[in-house]
Amino acid sequence: MQRKDFGFRVGTGAFALVLLLIVAAIGVELTRQSLPSIQKFGFSFWRTQTWDPVAGDFGALPFIWGTLYSSVLALLIAAPIALGIAVFIAELCPAALRQPLVFLTELLAAIPSIVYGLWGIFVLVPAVRAVETSMPASLRSLPLFSGPPLGLGMLAAALILAVMIVPFTSSVSREVLKSVPAAQREAAYALGATRFEAIRAALYYARTGIVGAVMLGFGRALGETMAVTMVIGNNPRISTSLFAPQYTMAAVIANEFTEAADNLYLSALVEIGLVLFVVTLIVNSLSRLLIWSMSARTAPAAEAATPPAEEAA
Amino acid sequence: MILSSLFVAFCAASVIVALVPLAFVLFFVVSQGVQALNLAFFTHMPTPVGESGGGMANAIVGTLILTGLAAVMAVPIGIVSGIYMSEYAGTRFAALVRFAADTLNGVPSIVIGLFAYTIVVVPFRQFSALAGGFALGTMMIPIIARTTEELLLLVPGSMREGALALGATRARAVFSVVVPAALPGIITGIILALARVAGETAPLLFTAFNNRYFSTSLTQPISTLTVQVFTYATGPYQDWHRQAWAGALVLVTIVLVCSLVARVATRRLERMHARG
Repeated sequence: MQRKDFGFRVGTGAFALVLLLIVAAIGVELTRQSLPSIQKFGFSFWRTQTWDPVAGDFGALPFIWGTLYSSVLALLIAAPIALGIAVFIAELCPAALRQPLVFLTELLAAIPSIVYGLWGIFVLVPAVRAVETSMPASLRSLPLFSGPPLGLGMLAAALILAVMIVPFTSSVSREVLKSVPAAQREAAYALGATRFEAIRAALYYARTGIVGAVMLGFGRALGETMAVTMVIGNNPRISTSLFAPQYTMAAVIANEFTEAADNLYLSALVEIGLVLFVVTLIVNSLSRLLIWSMSARTAPAAEAATPPAEEAA
Repeated sequence: MILSSLFVAFCAASVIVALVPLAFVLFFVVSQGVQALNLAFFTHMPTPVGESGGGMANAIVGTLILTGLAAVMAVPIGIVSGIYMSEYAGTRFAALVRFAADTLNGVPSIVIGLFAYTIVVVPFRQFSALAGGFALGTMMIPIIARTTEELLLLVPGSMREGALALGATRARAVFSVVVPAALPGIITGIILALARVAGETAPLLFTAFNNRYFSTSLTQPISTLTVQVFTYATGPYQDWHRQAWAGALVLVTIVLVCSLVARVATRRLERMHARG
């Protein structure tokens, strides 16, 4: 290697190092700032439900509950739809429709969170409220639907989150489906499969990657802030009801950080941010690992399938 | 047979179900926004509560300043680290950097805000435009780095080899041959990244904060379109809501225009590559 090339490598490598440093610095800084809270509350921070800034007593359980509940609910709504879109675009739709549909679904991801939130407050929340008030009393007495018909609450948040994560999950699933070797499908057809059965075989082949795509959507949902903050009602109380106003980890940071007057309060909020960072890091890494293992498994199979064809040509 | 047509129907229905909210959001943003949007929105300052009219001139300037700051920070770091990842694609360090970029891409924006708060706001003891620009820049770096990497890998190896064969150093080959070949695509990527961070709210809430007055100072809190829309949307006044819709329309227009430009540009690039 020439001396100059060594300089080039070190020079560009130094810039690349910045990325590593930023990720490390996020972890270190958030940990440092949340030390007061970690030392004072320890693990009880994650087990208790009191959130009383005046008394300096902080427990984060309601926020964890709200984040998990809203994200899981959003995933239940979004995953089948996203998968349907991926299959439709990758396998079923006419070629002329493909690019426009890809563009439109990606536009869903490009709309800023704050715009979804604004739409949520003035359009979705009144619609949800109308559904709530028109629901028969017998249903309203179930724990799933109890609570005041405000419109603001878990259901509105989950619906908006679902809309926001559909494009992520569907575009990754589409890529994963595309990476299924043609030989798989041809083999299915050769065995007399219908188109539906061939697609089912492809979906089965791509299952790890699809789970990865769904997890990627989950990671997005966990950290989504503005739209959820604006429609979930911001009430730190654990409830199973879809109509109850609740709170999420990201929302409590967004709402209360600038109001937090003392160090312990700030520190407790940063600790919530730290956990959000660690959890999304784990979820995203796992999902990428799944998607990667899927494409790594596919690659050698695809190579094995090509040489005979070339020989024949 | 029945199962098969049910399946096809389900897939087609999913597409429609997903596009309905898109249509609804765009319809409301345009119909509500157009009513509230006028020239004053771009040229006037916010009026005191109770007085109608006014605009978001300060917030528009603020958004421009913050995205500019973010670009100044993220474009060099993003492009050069993208170059590293593509030039030394097989190395362990490049894999590590790629992992860091993907990780950073997935970090919730509110957490980026907390990070910028501890790095910039705490030492200076003040919310500032710089802190907001730092937060947005941090979000832009991984997007630009990954786009640059992917586009550079598309440049045919023969071009680089040709330059090296003529006696160019690696740096010369990269900066005079490989990068220029991919430049239109990289610029498209930068525009998309700018559009994305211009729409961010969460990382600005406690970094750039907000400012009721016109400010271009980098060390003072600064107003932005997104934070202003948030304030107005969650406030109690009709006038504020109208202004929020107008702000949303401006934001959506920025995003739409950038996506369309990017799409046209990528198409042209694809055709160029197909020919070449």
